Amino acid sequence: MSSLTVVDLGTGNLHSVAKAVEYAGEGVSVRVSSDPAVIRRADRVILPGQGAVGTWFKALGAGELRNAIDEVIKSRPLLGICLGLQALFDFSDEDEGTPGLGVLPGRVMRFSPPAQTNGLKVPHMGWNNVNQSQQHPIWKGIGDGERFYFVHSYYAVATHQEDEIGGTVYGHSFTSAAASGGVAAVQFHPEKSASAGIQLLRNFLAWSP
Amino acid sequence: MGLAKRVIPCLDVDAGRVVKGIQFIEIRDAGDPVEVARRYNLEGADEITFLDITASSDQRETMVHVVEKVAGEVFIPLTVGGGVRAIDDVQRLLSAGADKVAINTAAVHRPALVEEASNHYGSQCIVVAVDAKQVEGGAEPRWEIFTHGGRKPTGLDAIDWCRRMAESGAGEILLTSMDRDGTRDGFDLALTQSVAAAVPIPVIASGGVGNLDHLVDGVLEGGADAVLAASIFHFGEHTVGEAKSRMAAAGIEVRL
Repeated sequence: MSSLTVVDLGTGNLHSVAKAVEYAGEGVSVRVSSDPAVIRRADRVILPGQGAVGTWFKALGAGELRNAIDEVIKSRPLLGICLGLQALFDFSDEDEGTPGLGVLPGRVMRFSPPAQTNGLKVPHMGWNNVNQSQQHPIWKGIGDGERFYFVHSYYAVATHQEDEIGGTVYGHSFTSAAASGGVAAVQFHPEKSASAGIQLLRNFLAWSP
Repeated sequence: MGLAKRVIPCLDVDAGRVVKGIQFIEIRDAGDPVEVARRYNLEGADEITFLDITASSDQRETMVHVVEKVAGEVFIPLTVGGGVRAIDDVQRLLSAGADKVAINTAAVHRPALVEEASNHYGSQCIVVAVDAKQVEGGAEPRWEIFTHGGRKPTGLDAIDWCRRMAESGAGEILLTSMDRDGTRDGFDLALTQSVAAAVPIPVIASGGVGNLDHLVDGVLEGGADAVLAASIFHFGEHTVGEAKSRMAAAGIEVRL
């Protein structure tokens, strides 16, 4: 039986992520954990998160947990969700500037307030289109332009076009899905995106980079 | 192409059972929140809101079990409101699988709760529910906040209050017109428009929906980011899909 660990950094709705993965993949043993040993043993890892990126990195720390994540990034399929996507980039403007994991070159910035954008509300909340800028195994069976559920106030822009596999427009275009090697990441919430989201999780479970 | 306006069916739940006489065809148990949520999900609901109207505190735990069950098989955002008084209530509902928690009366009693909850869990999961009623006086229309199901005036100006809640870290405003709630006369569009223009966060219009054109009006005239309705969906008059088709025909971006 294949195993998957949802990394628990105390932020976001981890229960939903775990439930959606269980629903998507038959016979997958899902654990929610912050134990480095459990994370190292998993065949696949999901890096989720909501809220503030500074709090997220504080929970990650600089010790064994961080080492385990760095190790998994190099050796196993990993899916970042929401803050999990933002954390994989070089740098976020949030919390007076927060360095990221540096897996994906690029920067994370805040959406401009509605007064400067003709009324676009922040957070960007709801179902928006994801344009598949590149083919990738996680898009299997999902239509180009499919809607997924977003909720975020900061957005990432990948420096290199080859790292972006999905783009979304909210006032301007941003990177809503990225991939590099065995790492894939999405800004939206597949666990809250009905059947398209379940399909994406199923694709991640089947992915062998 | 772009962000879709959301259609949100709302369910009143009393001691773990859906109330307000839901009439669905081909549904085994119309009082079971899990079954009803499943149905709305199939119809294309963008989110589901549960309002816990349980009066007795010893049955409060039932809502947590309802949320757990729904979250295990319905994969769209779930908002839960009703009886949220302290940070512990927020924590319990989020851990059970709620994506957002709506705070109403407790925010009026202790506005700092909203700030504490959003600092702790992120503003994306904190909805402030506001019950507003138009009051006499002044040349321009004015609305005040009422609590206890619209019975208790607070003296707070609705627009100022929504602005203040947004500054305190609310991620969204669920705006109910107490004048229109249950009337089926349509949203209070002037109220919706005033709040939507005053806050930088999304506004959900609620109260008064009697037909599908009311949903269209809520977005086009009221400027709402999402529309919430209960009875037009519950009584089998319209499906969520029909609501979205009507909105799309009116030129509104929806998820079909």
